[in-house]
Amino acid sequence: MFRFVLRRVALIIPTFVGITLLAFALIHLIPGDPVENLSGERGMDPARRARLLHEFGLDRSLPVQYADYIGHVLRGDLGTSLTTHEPVLQEFLTLFPATLELAFFALLLAVVLGLPAGMLAAQKRNTVADYAVMGASLAGYSMPIFWWALLLILTFSVQLGWTPVSGRIAVAYDVPAVTGFLLVDTLRAGDFAAFRSALSHLVLPSIVLGTIPLAVIARMTRSAMLEVLREDYIRVARAKGLSRLSVTIVHALRNALIPVVTVIGLQVGLLMSGAILTETIFSWPGVGNWLIHGVQSRDYPVVQGGILLIATLVISVNLVVDLLYGVINPRIRHA
Amino acid sequence: MLDADVDIGARAASASASAPPPTRWREFRASYAQSRGALLGLALIALLLFCAVFADVISPHPPNEQYRDFTLTPPAWADGGSARFLLGTDPVGRDMLSRLIHGTRLSLAIGFVSVVISLSLGVVLGLIAGYFRGLTETVIMRTMDVMLALPSLLLAIAVVAILGPGLVNAMYAIAIVLLPHYVRLTRAAVIAEAGRDYVTSSRIAGAGTLRLMFDTILPNCLAPLIVQATLGFSNAILDAAALGFLGLGAQPPTPEWGSMLASALEFIQRAPWVVTYPGLAILVTVLAFNLMGDGLRDALDPKLRR
Repeated sequence: MFRFVLRRVALIIPTFVGITLLAFALIHLIPGDPVENLSGERGMDPARRARLLHEFGLDRSLPVQYADYIGHVLRGDLGTSLTTHEPVLQEFLTLFPATLELAFFALLLAVVLGLPAGMLAAQKRNTVADYAVMGASLAGYSMPIFWWALLLILTFSVQLGWTPVSGRIAVAYDVPAVTGFLLVDTLRAGDFAAFRSALSHLVLPSIVLGTIPLAVIARMTRSAMLEVLREDYIRVARAKGLSRLSVTIVHALRNALIPVVTVIGLQVGLLMSGAILTETIFSWPGVGNWLIHGVQSRDYPVVQGGILLIATLVISVNLVVDLLYGVINPRIRHA
Repeated sequence: MLDADVDIGARAASASASAPPPTRWREFRASYAQSRGALLGLALIALLLFCAVFADVISPHPPNEQYRDFTLTPPAWADGGSARFLLGTDPVGRDMLSRLIHGTRLSLAIGFVSVVISLSLGVVLGLIAGYFRGLTETVIMRTMDVMLALPSLLLAIAVVAILGPGLVNAMYAIAIVLLPHYVRLTRAAVIAEAGRDYVTSSRIAGAGTLRLMFDTILPNCLAPLIVQATLGFSNAILDAAALGFLGLGAQPPTPEWGSMLASALEFIQRAPWVVTYPGLAILVTVLAFNLMGDGLRDALDPKLRR
């Protein structure tokens, strides 16, 4: 087991180095350099330009600059934002709980609805229920979620007035940020009205962000269940006289869950892609929104740092999923 | 499932008694036609292709013509609608239907160009990685791992940040996003095929490296690539629309569906149709390619057919 973990961890080192190379290259590939951006329309006299280039370290050779960059990254220094002049890492850490809260509820929704839907479809194969679940899931993973978000806002926020249009909590509430997770912070403060406000703000964005993972999980559960239901031990269990429900839950689901858990783990990348769109539409103050603002305002340290941090996150989660998979399934561990 | 197998077997047996055995193409066609969803996807794609090719002929109006007296006209069947503008007009009085039809052309072009670039490059890299193995393979595959570690939209945004926003750059960005999937598929298929006897015998017969790679091995790796290419179309169209929506893809006044949505956002309450139809067009197109991809997978992959 120890060797398995070690091997998997060693495997992600080249990937991580690649990510830092990419983030480093980004700044050099983008047209213009930071000094040019500083000088603005009027231009700058060559002597001042040379001095600034030297100050930023941009007159050194690329390998030296890269080594310098890695040194800063390892010390947690990802530069400062050009627009807010705050350290990039600190901004990311302040905003990340908002994204995590949203992603958590989106994934929760996807699992809570997707698992039973997929099981139902497999159990009632080739019936109306199966076609309905599969049709809905096909529509789900073909969905342009930015449009889906607009439809939901139009229906539930504008016409029915059930949910707020955007933001994380009504401006009237001022809750001290302790964990950064508003649902937790409002409860800690004992402010139930604020908790309700935060919860109602969370509903539509979670549905939007959860739609594609929901569709993927339902499909995956169905096919994994169909695979398992064909096995001999299921027939034996049925022949013993066990009820259909108990066979499904106790015997089939446990084995069908292995591929499903992997798929759930692999949704992290998808969730981050979706978060960029969802947060933009709902003005959700998370890292996706922050990154898009960074791209639009040409705030390159933010773009560079954001890409590095999100990629690191995805790599780490994939690693954890990989390791868990090894724990669940010994065949992988010893392969 | 078993019944279906017996049924197919019986039909195949009776067919082979009277007629020559079915060619691979006929077998594939029959298998594809078994799925109603796959046929629906094909029909939708045919319709979309028709719209794209004949956009200039079938559009009632030029896509960028502004009818200043008819801004935000509702669809024909709603109150205040006009038969001149079937699906209504946008905030500057352009005909929605005509813009949607021209948008078909753009979306299919985006899908086609990105998939072709990505597929050609991906097949070559995958063949090289799978055929030569060793250090070459390691370098190629680790690079692909890096690309896969970035969420697809984030990678596309990074590429657009380098190249600058625009329709053509969005296509390049999407081609790069799709690339790792083709490389991995091709490499895996090549590794599986390279040890087979037919490859060895071809090599003994004197076939050169390039001939072995492209002429002997590649045709036997095509099935998964065709499926992935079809699904690549739907990813490309979806990502291009997302980039357009974020203002990083096609720029106004291009009638690209995603950017149409973005430019109509402020009118969503007064004129829901300016937002509803472009999104519906994206959904239907993506759905069609996904249906076709699923159908192709079932028809081309005997392992999944059972």
